[in-house]
This record gives sequence, C-alpha cells and structure tokens, in this order.
Amino acid sequence: MTWDIIFGRLGLDALPFWQMIQDPTQSNVVNGLIASAAAFLVVFGALAVTVLLMSRGWWRVLWSDWLTSLDHKKIGIMYIALAFIMLARGLTEAVIMRGQQAVGLYGGFLNADHFGQFFSTHGTIMIFFMAMPFLTGVINYVMPLQIGARDVSFPLMNSVSLGLTAAGAALVMASLVFQPFSTGGWSGYPPFTEMTYSPDAGPDYWIWAVTLSSLGSTLSGINFAATIYKNRCPGMTLFRMPLFTWTVLCTAILMIFAMPPLMLATGLLALDRYLGFHFFTNELGGNMMNYANLFWLFGHPEVYIVILPSFGVYSEVFSTFSGKRLYGYTVLVLATMCIAVLSFTVWVHHFFTMGQSAPLNAAFGIATMLIGIPTGVKVYDWMLTMYRGSIRMTVPMIYAVGFIMLFVIGGLTGILLANPSVDYQVHNTLFLVAHFHNMLIPGTLFGMLAAYTFWFPKAFGFRLEETWGRRASYGWVAGFILAFFPLYGLGLLGMPRRSLSFVEPAYLPFTIVAMVGALLLLFAFFSLALQLWISVRERETRRVFVGDPWDGRSLEWATSAPPPEWNFSRTPEVTGRDPFTTAKEGGEAYQPLRDVKAIEMPRNSILGPGLGLAGLICTFGLVWYMWWLAIAGAVLALAALVARGFVRDTERRVEVAEIVGHHDQWLAAVQATPAVTRAKELTPENRGHAVPSTQEALA
Amino acid sequence: MRVRRIIPIVAFLALTGCDGTQLSFLNPQGPIASQQRTHFLVIIAFMTIVILPVLVLTPLLIWRYRYGKGASYMPEARLPWWIEIVLLGVPLMVVGVLGVLLWRNTAALDPWRPMEEAGAPLHIQVVGYDWKWLFIYPDQGVATVGEMVFPAGTPIAFELTSETVMQSFWIPALGGQVYAMGGGMVTQLHLMADRPGVFRGLNTQYNGLGFAEQQFNARAVPAAEFNAWVSAVRTEGAPLDDRAMSALARKNTAQDVARLLSPKAAADPVRLFPVPEAFFADLVRRASAPSHGGYGH
Repeated sequence: MTWDIIFGRLGLDALPFWQMIQDPTQSNVVNGLIASAAAFLVVFGALAVTVLLMSRGWWRVLWSDWLTSLDHKKIGIMYIALAFIMLARGLTEAVIMRGQQAVGLYGGFLNADHFGQFFSTHGTIMIFFMAMPFLTGVINYVMPLQIGARDVSFPLMNSVSLGLTAAGAALVMASLVFQPFSTGGWSGYPPFTEMTYSPDAGPDYWIWAVTLSSLGSTLSGINFAATIYKNRCPGMTLFRMPLFTWTVLCTAILMIFAMPPLMLATGLLALDRYLGFHFFTNELGGNMMNYANLFWLFGHPEVYIVILPSFGVYSEVFSTFSGKRLYGYTVLVLATMCIAVLSFTVWVHHFFTMGQSAPLNAAFGIATMLIGIPTGVKVYDWMLTMYRGSIRMTVPMIYAVGFIMLFVIGGLTGILLANPSVDYQVHNTLFLVAHFHNMLIPGTLFGMLAAYTFWFPKAFGFRLEETWGRRASYGWVAGFILAFFPLYGLGLLGMPRRSLSFVEPAYLPFTIVAMVGALLLLFAFFSLALQLWISVRERETRRVFVGDPWDGRSLEWATSAPPPEWNFSRTPEVTGRDPFTTAKEGGEAYQPLRDVKAIEMPRNSILGPGLGLAGLICTFGLVWYMWWLAIAGAVLALAALVARGFVRDTERRVEVAEIVGHHDQWLAAVQATPAVTRAKELTPENRGHAVPSTQEALA
Repeated sequence: MRVRRIIPIVAFLALTGCDGTQLSFLNPQGPIASQQRTHFLVIIAFMTIVILPVLVLTPLLIWRYRYGKGASYMPEARLPWWIEIVLLGVPLMVVGVLGVLLWRNTAALDPWRPMEEAGAPLHIQVVGYDWKWLFIYPDQGVATVGEMVFPAGTPIAFELTSETVMQSFWIPALGGQVYAMGGGMVTQLHLMADRPGVFRGLNTQYNGLGFAEQQFNARAVPAAEFNAWVSAVRTEGAPLDDRAMSALARKNTAQDVARLLSPKAAADPVRLFPVPEAFFADLVRRASAPSHGGYGH
C-alpha cells in the first residue's frame, strides 16, 4: 500500500527488460533487447554527459553561458541541438520500422505492441520535438538579426519556451526507460486512447509531452510576432523585411491560433482519462468527432507552421546563391499570407471518410486545392530567381533544388488526396504516409538542413566542411526517394499505414527498397555528424569572423560571425530590400561607430530551466499517478514564477568600451581580410569578406 | 514487343494477390472503383501541366546559369509583367477544372448515395469488433465473420457501426472506405461488383495489436450461387446467441472466433444462423443510450 503512494502505478513491469525475463519467448527477447538497448543509451548517454561536464568543469560554462542565457542566439542554438538529438532517435525508429516491414511478410521481428509504440513515438518526436524545435531554433537565431533587433521582445519567455519544449522531449525520452509509450499514433485518436481501450501509462505520456511542447510553441509564436511587429530597426518597413522574416510572421500567427485547440484537445482527453469525464468516449454522450475537429484545427495549420519557415529559407538560399534579388517578392509575401489564412479552412480533409455529407467534403476539398495555387506560384518564383542568375551549387542549393523537384510531386499527391472520391481510396494507406513525408522531408527538413548549413558560419564563426556536407545532402535526397516512392506504390496496392506485417508477397519488393532508402537516410545523418566533427576540428581553416561568407543580402550578414551579444554595435538603418547588398555595392558596409551608447541586455535567469524541470517533474508524476510528485512539480513551478517577481536586477549594462572594442576589432579584421570572389567561396581564402556578385560580374 | 507484353503481366501480378485476390482500385472490379481510377488518372494528367515544367526546367536553369561558365549573368534583368499573370493564371485554371471535377465526383461517388439505377440492393450490416468484422444479412437472417459473400451485379447497401474503437471498412477493388464508429453512430456505404471474384477487404484504422490481421475476403458470386450459399448458412450456421456474442466481444481475430465457435471446422469462416430480429438496430440503440451506466432509466 505505502509503495503505491510513493511509486503510483510505476512498477517493475515498466522496465524494458522485465517482460523478457518473466517470459523469455523468442519474440519477447528480441523486442526486450531492442527496448533495453534504447533505454541503456538514454541512461548511459545522460550519465556520460554528466560525468564529462563534471570532470572537465564544463558544467559552469553550460549553466551560466547557455542554459540560463536569455540571448536569442544561444536559445536558438540550444533548440537546434535538441532537434538533432531527437532526429537521431526518430530516424533510428524509422529505420527499425522499415526493417520490420522489409521482413514483414507473415511476421517480422517486432511484436505488435512494440511496433505501435514505434510509430507513435516516431510521429510525435518528428513533429513536436524535431521539426518544431529545429524551426523555432532557426527563427530564434536568424529573425532578430534579419530585422536589425537586439533580441526578441520577451527574452525570458523565450527561455521558458525552450524549457517547456525540452521538458516534453525529456518526458518522451523517459518513456524509453519507464515503458510504455502510447500506441495511438501521433494524432492520439480516442476512443482508442481512452481508459477503456488503453488503460496503461502510454497515452498519458503522449498527452503531457504534447501539452508541454504546445504550450512552449504558443509562447514562441507570441514572442516572434511581437518581435516582428515592435523590434524592427529604423527603415525596416514590413515590405522591406526579408522573405524568411515574412514566413516567420505567418508561422508565428499560426502558432498563436493553432496551438490552443491542441492543448484543449489533449486537456479534455486528460479529463476523460484522469477524472472520468466523457468528452470523447463511446459512452454517456461522448463523441470522438469533437476530438477530430479540435485536433485537426491544430493539425492542418501545423503543417504550414513547419513548412513556411523553410519556404523562407529557400527564398534566401535561391536568391543568395543565384546572386540575384528574389523574383516576385510581393507575390511571395501575399502567397505566404494566403497559405496561412487558407490553412485554417481545410481541416476536414483529414477525415473525409468519417461520414460528412458530400457537399461539405467537396467544399473542404476545393479549399484544399486552392492552397496549391499560391504554393505553385512560389515554386515558379524561385525558378525565376535562378533565371539569368549566377548559380553556385553549394550544399544549401542542393537541398533547395532537391526540394522544388520533389515537392511538386508531393503537391500532385496532395491534390489527389484533396479529392474526396480519390481520398476514399488512399486515406489511411501508405500513399498518405508517402505524401506527408514528401511534404515534410523535402519541405521542412531539407529547408532546416539548408538553414543549418547556410547560417552555421554566422553562428559559430567558421564554415562547415563541404565534402561530407554534399554527401549528406545527396544522401537525404536519394534516401528520401528510395524510402518513400515505394510507399506510394504500396498505398495504391491497398497497404494500410501502421501495419506490423502483411500477407501479400506483392508488397515485399517495395518494402525492401524502402528499407534501403531508410539506410541511406541513416548514412546521410551520420554524414552530418561527421561533417560537424571535421568542421570543428579544422575550424581554423574556415574562419569567417568578418561575417559574410556567402555574399549575403540581408542584415544578419552585416555583423561579425559570431555576432556580439548585442547583435549590432550600431543600429542598422534600412532604405530598401536586400540592405546589406545595397550597402556593399555602395561601399558603405563596415562603417565606424558614431554616438555609441551603453546597451542594456537581459541578465541570465534560471526561470526557463526551472520551469522546464518543474514541468517535467509534475507531468512525470501525473503519468505514473505519483500524486505527491505531481503536486511538488506544480508547487515548484508556482514558486519559481513568484520568486521571479521579486527579482529586480534583470538587466546587464554593456559599457561603451566593450562595444567599441568589439567593433574596432571587427573593422580591423575587415581591413585585414581580402575580399574574395565567389570562385573562392569554398576555399580557405574565403574568410567572410565578399566581393558582391554584381561587382564581380562588372570586373 | 516483349516489354509490352511483360508490363501488363507485371501490373496484373502487382494489383492482384498471389491467390488471385483483387487488391487495388487500379484494377477496378466495380463501377465505383472504376470511376475513382478514372478521376485519379485525370487529376494526374491535369497536374502534369504544372509539374512537368518544374521537373524539366529546374535542371536546365541550374546548368545554363551556373556560376562562371553559364549564360550571361544579368542580376538586374526584368521580366515582362505578364509573366506573373501566367504564373497565377495557369494553376488557377487547373484548379478550376479540377474543382468542377471534384464537385461532380464527390456527389456522384458519395458513399451515402444509393445505386438505385442498378436495381434493388442487398442490405448488409457491418459491425466492427477488435479485430474482425461481423457481417449481418438482415433480409436473409444470416451473418458471417471473416468472409463476406454477395451476388455480383447487385448493388450492396452497407450500414456500419463499431462495438469498439473507430475502424475503417474498405474493399479497395470495389470502392472507397468509410469509418465505422462507436457510440451509436451509423455510417453508410454503397458498392457493387461487376463480376464474380474475390476481393480483399480490410480495416485501415489502427485499433490495437491485431490490426494488421483484420482482413477478410469479399467474395462476389453469381446470383444463383448466392441463394445456395444463404441456404447453406441457414442449415450449417451456429446461432448468433450469447455464446457467439461473447466470442465476438473478445479481442481476437476472425480465425479465433471460428476456433471458439466451431472447433471442428475452424478453418472455415464463421457462419451464423439464426440472427435475432433487429439485431443491428438493438446494438446501435444500446450504444447510443445515455443510460449505459445507471444514469437515467
């Protein structure tokens, strides 16, 4: 009895190897070993990192320079680090699932429960803890620099967003050690996820991980929108903002309006599960259609939340590496806004098959196809940006070109799915799985990897190594094609998504090819890791302190790499689009300082990591019915918020001498560094001082 | 010549299971699936107008305007104003045409729409369980689990509900899928097979451990043979009584139900007779009644 009060419903059977020991059948042993290996990696990885931090004395640096920092650049980098860690797990799970289906004719090696957890964690992680942190990180790093701001509007809230997102990710990681996770998929449809059908802790893990993450994302959305509205530098009118910043604005608005319905859906589901309410049950008037509507009221805008920032990245990449201003800027801005608005009008297309009337389905189908129009216009605008340009096929360009050619195929299958009469035939099949991966891998992930490669030198002061970068980019493109085009075929042959096994030999060639593709994707991921390793080791040969390695066009390139904490020693003033290109062409980039004033920057705060930890404690307690722990976490969160109210000394003054010192050092570096043409872009001679493409052409 | 002969054979093998079961609407066996395939192909044809230029021109642009060696670099090049009209106009027209097709086909292929033009329908009531389907033939008074037999050339009017979580009922070679939902919700579906054959049917909505095994054969037979089959079920069937209901209520597959109900003939699909009057309506009423617990009366 007393143990129940302490441990709730957490027992030995939650350990990944317990079933294997109790009942050592072959299947239990195989699955137990896989699960135990994963749990071992989590525990051992956490221990190894802790020991390393302690023994090297890096703990203090990590705490005071990173975890408690309110600098939007550091928060951005931490978001991206989180995304890469979660990508490693999500991708590994994908490879295991592909492996299962490659041998899945009449069986395979995974058991059904384990497979269910695999597809649920894979989807949940890739959306909420890979794509969202990745784009939130890139936005955090780049957007304030692009609009000439010192930081986001609410630096402390930014840190809290990161804390909550990381807590959600930690909860999903904890489910590897204390099992199980949900088997209800990333969308967690009731009544399957209700107590009647899934009484274990799985759906509760899912509910709280997603709730923490969506709370963090709502706050991020508010922060980004406020920053863009209020913190632009003088002259930066809305229609002079770089396209990436425009896509961030649209994404931020979508986050503000789309995340709350999700929190509502998970909150009501939690009431059903914990307190016996009947919102979505089969009994007592509950109706899951309410869940489907709430979830997809979030879920469809979510697609554009994760894809619009990538559209912005591609716009910057096509323009920069073609040496040309973006074609059709105004149309691209309007198209982005159209997509953002339309994304709220199409959610029913996720459940055409749930029995709405034909006219309702048709209306939502046509609304869905309408989104294809602005998206199509964008693709052609990017192509016309390359027209008469001077194209350098660097790594970000490989991703961008791979994206437009693959994305239009995803667009075709999207239009097919938008037609209810066709959707009735491919809904819930691997055709649908292929379609949304076709949007999310070339759309979101390629864009984020392009952004990573493009802005890495800005963030760390040195370029990434090129050879392994290319291998990685070709690996992602080829791996995607091999892994997902067969899935279109399987879907048309009637294979449902989330199938553990199958009895049709006709499916086998397709699943084997998809498996090869998944291995290629894994190779691409390792190439990225290797690239980072080599780049860090050889960083001195690729230093770009001057800050402009790619002949950039917008303000983030007009400061040192890495930028000082205050971003710009002299607040930029803007007179048009592509302000840095204009300044370089007029010989006005790299100006000395005038009327320097001291700058106030926010001091570090432990509130962000504190609330994250409190959230993790509270939700872990809720998952396992350790009520004392849940209450402790909630009290800790409340105490942290109240305590913050008493903190008065929240700003740090950056003195004039420090600002001038940094600026003079930077200008001296500019003077000492010869400007290079684009022919030397990838050589050690590129130290971040660029000859503008237009002047290079004249010479 | 050889390739020409091989392609249809390979396609046939791919669209048909090894035992000749029809798997896909790309090899349609009924009027609905046939129209769905046509619509599918027409959309691809129209979308090619928008997609093909991207696939062809992107590599050409990269090659022609490559740094250093490419054609003349003109960063200030202005394109004529009408380009933007074309960029907007072409997808608008494509979506316009596809929108009209969508509206018409959504109405014409609405699963709710009875296929009156093809004659009087056979009624089949489908109940989803974990992880099998119960097929009730109310007019014949029989029921089956794991196999659905029906006359070719006769429209089938389905009513669907679920005694468990949501499921999605689908016979790809005949037409689209519709969800079977619990809580007293009933959905409808109308399908027809052009000719006798065996078509694979399945659930596509994940509902737990046995999900991948929730498949059945939909067998279309000549009308005379169907009547003979009904008579056979009436003579051989086990009653749909409490014992059968408790076997169905367990989390198991159609084969497991067969083993529980008729251990001797466990390899055969479960055949049930008699079926209580208004069996399906009673299930639905019980599920939708607010007094599931002790609430109300």
